[in-house]
Amino acid sequence: MRPFDYRRPASAAEAAADGAETGTAFIAGGTNLLDLMKLEVMAPARLVDISRLDMGEIEQTEDGGLRIGALVPNSDLAADPRIRRDYAVLSRALLAGASGQLRNKATTGGNLLQRTRCYYFYDTAMPCNKRQPGSGCAAIGGFNRIHAVLGASDHCIATHPSDMAVAMRALDARIETLAPDGSSREIPIADFYRLPGQTPHLETMLTPGELIRAVRLPPPRGGRHVYRKVRDRASYAFALVSVAAMIRIEDGVIADAALAFGGLAPLPWRDTRIEAMLIGEAPARELFALASELLVDAAQGRGSNDFKIPLARRTLAAVLGEACELEIAA
Amino acid sequence: MLDIDPRTSILDALRNHIGLTGTKKGCDHGQCGACTVLVNGRRINSCLTLAVMHDEDAITTIEGLGEPDHLSPLQAAFVRHDGFQCGYCTSGQICSATAMLDELQQGWPSHVSADLEAAPDPTDAEISERMSGNLCRCAAYPNIVDAIREVAGGGK
Amino acid sequence: MSSEFVMDAPDPRNLLDHMAQDLTGAPLDRPEGPLKVSGRATYAHEYRLGNCAYGVLVRATIAKGTLTALGDEAVRGLPGILGVFSDDRFLRNPAQGTADKAPVQGAQTIAYLGQPVALVVADSFEQARHAAQSLALRYAPDADGVFDPESDAANIERPDAKQRDQGDFDRAFADAHATVDSTYTTPAQNSAAMEPHASVAAWDGDRLTLWGGYQMLKYNRNELADSLGIDAENVRILAPYVGGGFGSKLGISPEAVAAAIAAREIGRPVKVAMSRQQVFEATMRRSETRQRVRLAADAQGRLTGIAHEYRVSNLPDESFSEPVGQATHFLYGGENRRIVHEIARVNRTCAGSMRAPGEAVGMLALENAMDELAEQLGIDPIELRKRNLPERHPEQDIPYSSRMLAQCLDEGARRFGWDKRSTKPGTTRDGEWLIGMGVSSAARKNITSQAEARVTLTTDGDAVVETDMTDIGTGTYAVLGQIAGDMLGLPRDRVRVMLGDTDLPPGPGSGGSWGASSSGSAVLEACAVLRRQLADRLGLVADGLVLRDGDIILDNRRIPLRDAMGAGPLEAVGIFKPGKTSQDYAQAAYGAFFAEVGVSSITGEVRVRRMLGTFAAGRILNAKTARSQCIGGMTFGIGAALTEELVHDLRDGHIVNHDLAEYHLPVNLDVPQIEVHFLEERDDQACPLQSKGIGELGISGAGAAITNAIAHATGARIRTYPATLDKLLAVME
Repeated sequence: MRPFDYRRPASAAEAAADGAETGTAFIAGGTNLLDLMKLEVMAPARLVDISRLDMGEIEQTEDGGLRIGALVPNSDLAADPRIRRDYAVLSRALLAGASGQLRNKATTGGNLLQRTRCYYFYDTAMPCNKRQPGSGCAAIGGFNRIHAVLGASDHCIATHPSDMAVAMRALDARIETLAPDGSSREIPIADFYRLPGQTPHLETMLTPGELIRAVRLPPPRGGRHVYRKVRDRASYAFALVSVAAMIRIEDGVIADAALAFGGLAPLPWRDTRIEAMLIGEAPARELFALASELLVDAAQGRGSNDFKIPLARRTLAAVLGEACELEIAA
Repeated sequence: MLDIDPRTSILDALRNHIGLTGTKKGCDHGQCGACTVLVNGRRINSCLTLAVMHDEDAITTIEGLGEPDHLSPLQAAFVRHDGFQCGYCTSGQICSATAMLDELQQGWPSHVSADLEAAPDPTDAEISERMSGNLCRCAAYPNIVDAIREVAGGGK
Repeated sequence: MSSEFVMDAPDPRNLLDHMAQDLTGAPLDRPEGPLKVSGRATYAHEYRLGNCAYGVLVRATIAKGTLTALGDEAVRGLPGILGVFSDDRFLRNPAQGTADKAPVQGAQTIAYLGQPVALVVADSFEQARHAAQSLALRYAPDADGVFDPESDAANIERPDAKQRDQGDFDRAFADAHATVDSTYTTPAQNSAAMEPHASVAAWDGDRLTLWGGYQMLKYNRNELADSLGIDAENVRILAPYVGGGFGSKLGISPEAVAAAIAAREIGRPVKVAMSRQQVFEATMRRSETRQRVRLAADAQGRLTGIAHEYRVSNLPDESFSEPVGQATHFLYGGENRRIVHEIARVNRTCAGSMRAPGEAVGMLALENAMDELAEQLGIDPIELRKRNLPERHPEQDIPYSSRMLAQCLDEGARRFGWDKRSTKPGTTRDGEWLIGMGVSSAARKNITSQAEARVTLTTDGDAVVETDMTDIGTGTYAVLGQIAGDMLGLPRDRVRVMLGDTDLPPGPGSGGSWGASSSGSAVLEACAVLRRQLADRLGLVADGLVLRDGDIILDNRRIPLRDAMGAGPLEAVGIFKPGKTSQDYAQAAYGAFFAEVGVSSITGEVRVRRMLGTFAAGRILNAKTARSQCIGGMTFGIGAALTEELVHDLRDGHIVNHDLAEYHLPVNLDVPQIEVHFLEERDDQACPLQSKGIGELGISGAGAAITNAIAHATGARIRTYPATLDKLLAVME
């Protein structure tokens, strides 16, 4: 870990201003940042400690949604009665991630900004375009069991590891930020992440110093919420594939559907073609099979991750079946 | 007051500077749980946070939960049920279990809770899931579950 | 005085059966438990020495070649840096278990990616770590590295002593009514003890004291001295608590030697703990294996031939090679037998002993093959195994000392509900889950080793047991105290057990499951001497001496032992040596594993729903700690069957998943409430305690019960370990 300046600003505005300086990183929970700093995968010259700023509340918004402070720990968010009742997919996704200890420390804002778990990104002896632009990608042609089959490029095939962000994507969350100049904006999660293309080191649309202040959830959409995570052991492992689903059925047809996917792509994946195919149709096994095929129609395996393609297809079909069944039973 | 390098984790501050070596380093990356301590009563991985960020917090380590001749109920149950062998993950297991029982009490759900909104029972599956952030290579898991279940008053 | 017992014949005394204290075998709590659960037991890195400096190892980032420069110019100027060390005494890799001398040395010649080539020492851990990451190592790489044991470029060795060809296997196979010919692979694995390898080195003149997490101090002391080129008399190693080993801490490893070199140079104690990544890369791995098993059987399923041909790997110049066929030699009959043992030389992390070297992986293949044969012949897998238990060792023609394998299979079947298992695979379902049951034999060769222990009866009438034997979680503190307490008629809390210090009489170390039997027998022998000395003092014959609860029982009188100690303490050293019974009898511990699994018909995920083991390992010395050892072994079996795989990048041999996030040990939720049952057994040939090793028995075959259950659940057999969901998915697609 490289030496760094440590600052603890008194306000979010001050933090954003501090953050504008080159080589600065915000630290809140630190569960991923310190992990990477110990390995010098990340080596900020300055840490701006935002952990004590006043951004730890979950509030009702005027439109009937929720505003989740960026510093709300993952465990508190998962246990919040409003989240459990109205946004169950988010609670489920959070509870499927990491461990009790990590969820207590990891924050809502930090979780969105988790870096990939790519083995080669984590190993400074290996080339990695994300860590060191232009050095190459060791995962292509290497061991890539956990890597992306959708949205990857020839420069990077890393996946985004978050469970929470997958649920947020299905929920159409909006990310509220504060820039160093004091301006704030809301970025729909659909526009928040970037695909790797030729610049895999650029992962989000945040500008230098731009601080995530909160995440806004739209009013509850109702329906049945399912989060299914497939992994290599029963707990405490990253997703190979995960599916976040919200399905509402009215009069025997699917009236609303929102689906997002983890483990498959460099960002929490969403494919609105699938939702369009489902809405207005009666739930049926054949329909789910077609929807699942659509999910992977452009998928590309890299060898050790080929299995993710059938796995994603099968998991989505099962999740759709489960959500519809529960919805009909209710 | 401790005057230390800002790079120092709580874990290294405890072990290398304060002399409280009960908290263990198993991976230094939040992947094993051996370093679990309580910060203001909540369990965290002490390897993944900086000491400098916690100057106002109350940190409870395994040494603070009990002494060899005055063990906490969980510590005593771990001895009775042989909830450890080598003992290296044990501090983390017991700190984790201590806070986990609080979480249960507060009604926090888990990944294996069938109903997100119901109060969870300390079943074996609930205990196992909630303790899965603490690896034990000696693999005392069944005994750990027995020990915690006994203290939690749960049924199988 | 000292007394030696050589196991040349069964020990007719059966001393423990004539004692009155009833400690041995009882499920007593570990005496060190309160220290461990309160964080007061101190492990290697935790000794507080004044003025201690911190060292961090630096790894080679090429796979093969020569280190030409440290590139430490920028580092040496950093504040707090005390030195950068790299010399020809550095260890390439740890010593193999019981090596007793230095392994290959030298920091300049790089044989694998991850080899420790330098140590950076600083006032603080933080600064040492940063400096270690900042070295700009320069190399002259070699282009002839071999990274794949299956590569044509790999040098393949077939040592004569490790091959077996008996009868005419080819003929037996050609003539057989039924045959199995299957190839299985198991991946490299890591012991992943929770305590990373750590050493604290401190010099006092020419004398070195090392606090280190090690399993076999008697050998480690010589290995460390030889590595440093100093006299072993000048080396003391302390390891009263060791945070797990599982083979990875058998031999002295690079951090100890580096710490000692640096400490000498800077004149301060130096602490070096490996990072978890370094534990993966620079200690020991279990070799991957490729195993072809061929079985030839008659219509009743009786084996006429077994062939077990396998390839393992290691670095050049390493004597160890995973003895995959170890159980195959003695477990089942069949006159025509072939073992082919191949070693591929590769530039990968050193391969060494990990819990139950041989059986742990060899039995995965053998026990799967037995199930394949049973299925083909329509014979119940338990029945097939029982039909193939030979009267005598099928290769050496010697009797078995004790073998309750058939009883373990039957008792386990009864307790597990084996009769409810459907005979047709792939026919039991629970929602999306396909349910299956599997069985496997457990067998682990029994070994003993020379051991010494000193037992002192103090003037208070208490006992102190001393040996450099270690307790790595195995229960040594508990069982040695129980044996001494029984022999001397003392309650458990009046026996103090001191371990893990080379100043104490040399024990055998923890490894090969031999510790408890060997050290326990030494304690027994010392106590037998003390009983004679005590009887002499009292004018009695030792045989008639009754000691209980700290009293000497004479007719109707009880005399406190303390009263007999007025003439001063008594002390005896017991020495136990393996003898002829090791050659005259085939010795092994046995058992049976049962597993019930669910396989998701959607994702291929596997969950172990129930698991049970029945074991017979001679006298059980502590029912509680023995049970824990078996649970631990069976959990290693779950890992081997389902989750654990060290992945080597075939481009440079480096370990891709060198951390605990991506090397998947089973977590709590992966492990059901495992059941363990012991069958009453005594083995007179094994040792004077009539006990056999148990630390490795629980893993030896365990994973096969799970993969056999998967085959029963799905009707498909995964022969490539571990049975991860991608492999099951491929079958189900």
